[in-house]
Amino acid sequence: MSKQEYTITVYTENQIGLLNRIAIIFSRRKINIDSLNTSPSEVDSVHRFTIVINETEEVVRKLCRQIEKQVEVLKAYYNTADEIVWQELALYKVPTEVIAAEVKVERLLREHGAKAVVIRKDYTVFEVAGHREETDKLIRVLEPFGLIEFVRSGRVAIIKASDGFHEKLKEFEYREPGEEAIENEYLDQGEKVFTM
Amino acid sequence: METLALQKEATTVQTTTTISGSEAVLKALLAEKVDTVFGYPGGAIMPIYDALYDYNDRLKHILVRHEQGAIHAAQGYARVSGKVGVVFATSGPGATNLVTGLADAMIDSTPVVCITGQVFAHLLGTDAFQETDVINITTPVTKWNYQVTDATEIPSVLAKAFYIAGSGRPGPVVIDITKNAQLQMFEYAGYKRCEHIRSYRPKPIVRKEYIQQAAQLINGAERPFIIFGQGVVLGKAEKEFLRFVEKSGIPAAWTIMGMGAIPTDHPLAAGMLGMHGNYGPNLLTNECDVLIAIGMRFDDRVTGRLDKYAKQAKIVHLDIDPAEIDKNVKTAVPVWGDCKETLPLLTELIEQKVYPQWLQRFKDCQAKEDQKVIQNELHPAGDVMTMGEVLRNLNELTNGEAIIVTDVGQHQMVACRYAKMNNTRSNVTSGGLGTMGFALPAAIGAAYGDPSRTTVAIIGDGGFQMTLQELGTIMQFKPNVKIMILNNQFLGMVRQWQELFHQRRYSFVDITSPDFVQVAKGFGIPGQSVSDRKDLRSALETMINADGSYLLEVMVGKENNVFPMVPQGRGVAEIVLGSDEV
Repeated sequence: MSKQEYTITVYTENQIGLLNRIAIIFSRRKINIDSLNTSPSEVDSVHRFTIVINETEEVVRKLCRQIEKQVEVLKAYYNTADEIVWQELALYKVPTEVIAAEVKVERLLREHGAKAVVIRKDYTVFEVAGHREETDKLIRVLEPFGLIEFVRSGRVAIIKASDGFHEKLKEFEYREPGEEAIENEYLDQGEKVFTM
Repeated sequence: METLALQKEATTVQTTTTISGSEAVLKALLAEKVDTVFGYPGGAIMPIYDALYDYNDRLKHILVRHEQGAIHAAQGYARVSGKVGVVFATSGPGATNLVTGLADAMIDSTPVVCITGQVFAHLLGTDAFQETDVINITTPVTKWNYQVTDATEIPSVLAKAFYIAGSGRPGPVVIDITKNAQLQMFEYAGYKRCEHIRSYRPKPIVRKEYIQQAAQLINGAERPFIIFGQGVVLGKAEKEFLRFVEKSGIPAAWTIMGMGAIPTDHPLAAGMLGMHGNYGPNLLTNECDVLIAIGMRFDDRVTGRLDKYAKQAKIVHLDIDPAEIDKNVKTAVPVWGDCKETLPLLTELIEQKVYPQWLQRFKDCQAKEDQKVIQNELHPAGDVMTMGEVLRNLNELTNGEAIIVTDVGQHQMVACRYAKMNNTRSNVTSGGLGTMGFALPAAIGAAYGDPSRTTVAIIGDGGFQMTLQELGTIMQFKPNVKIMILNNQFLGMVRQWQELFHQRRYSFVDITSPDFVQVAKGFGIPGQSVSDRKDLRSALETMINADGSYLLEVMVGKENNVFPMVPQGRGVAEIVLGSDEV
């Protein structure tokens, strides 16, 4: 099994210290996190982590099980790049005088879909939202023109096949199955049973 | 309507009382039916200790001599009683001294709730006196932890703590309470036990199709083999497990943590697995056709080299923790769930069977091990005493009814190889973490966990010196602990490895010891040292029959080795019976 990029989506309670609990699952195994983003989710009070790593599927599956084991984690999913719609946001700070003087720069910025966020006498900040290779490309292009600062956000991703977390949450809020395991209403409905 | 609302308000007012956060902590413990707390006071937990002054009649507090002793005692208590162990410690060094015990409880799934004091909330992050970041230090070694800075949170947080520590796959929980929260007065509306946390699923839902698949595999097997771990004990499923074993007729071997879940002399008991386990269970792991793993986690000390482990077998894995399924060993059928639920379902679907030929294989292996190892260990021909013969004599005196607490090293392996156990919750040892110094404090806790049984702590000369200050706890509170030091004047297990794998380069394994009997005497504990076989039996009798605690030192062979052994990096079938085969 070869390594590839996986995007892990974790639904959690909003709890101080949980970021650390999740992060150490990776660092303990000496796995580098390429990108990490935390944000609210489609469900009020439920938090969403988006983590990107480069690993084999087997490792990623085990990591997700370890993440789900944490008391305050509701669910962890992992997806390959083709199973998600994703974006990263990049900001570029360049000297305004170069932008003004070099027509070429202007054309490059247009080609890369960059938008000006701030224009000051001394510098201008552009933003580009897109995939990694797109935002990377513009760094290389702008470097000869005196790129002053560059920063890129963590990845945010939407899972193409997901119906959202509302239904899943209802399932979790449903009380624990009773004493009689066989009476569980979800027992024969593989789809509805939470799986890992 | 208005009057009704007013009346209602009046009744609610009557049901709340104003109490301090500290008192709320103690009320929570009582509501959770805690009877014993192991702890050590200090600046940041003084308000709780002040409240304890008034609760002393309802809550026993055992003052240990080091916080590590407190948590190991709580572990011993939990392992023997099946209840949650409770620890009090102060901030800073008090809390950091718990870390080894937390790691131990984490890896051996022991339910423990530690309540640590913390500096005032307004001082957090200022490097205040005895301030340390307890939450972040303990995160990797706790199932859950939480810092309380407001007293109103205390009842619900402690309810969560007890629920999380004791449910599902148990584990340690740390609740760090700032001093202001301990002092804060608030409206207390009573304690409500926690039974559900929406993001926490202690038991995966049992899936019938997997039970059916597992039963099918078992029914079709010719050489099935059961290996079980502490999950059977933690799930309080010993009866369900015994019925499964007896109906299936399948030989069952235990991991060190599973020992005692069925009586060690049961006709289908196949012995111990692992690096120093029995010959048959290790060898035949690689000959069985269906391997049924129950409540165990395929630790490397059990599996040896993974790519040579049970490759021929279809593996059925029953575990409450889904993260354990396929973690180390690929399973054919994963049976998620609490084995107390899954085992009866499985037992119902399997056929009653016997495997005479297959069992004979185990007996043949046992005979070979008897002849090459066990005979010499239990009945040595030479003058030098062996650890095995001490265990044999102990078995004869306790009839397998004692709680055996062991430390870590050669004596631990020998004790677990030869001790007889008729009852569950008889084996208390540091299996996963291998914490030297565990046994003495754990035995103190075990003695409180079940005072009706004899607790014997078997400890090496090295490990005893790591926590011997807990003799002070025994001196003061008088739990009944029989301390048996098997002294080989070496750090024996490391020495054994140096002998076998490092060309006898004995690097810092030669450890000198104080006069242990004199040390015990200093703590008011009677004892004796035995170096001659003829004195062994009567010395053991004196120890067992002593009124209270007693220390017996037995001088055993200096360079005896523990065999059989699966050398590191080899497969289980490459188990060796003596140093000539290494």
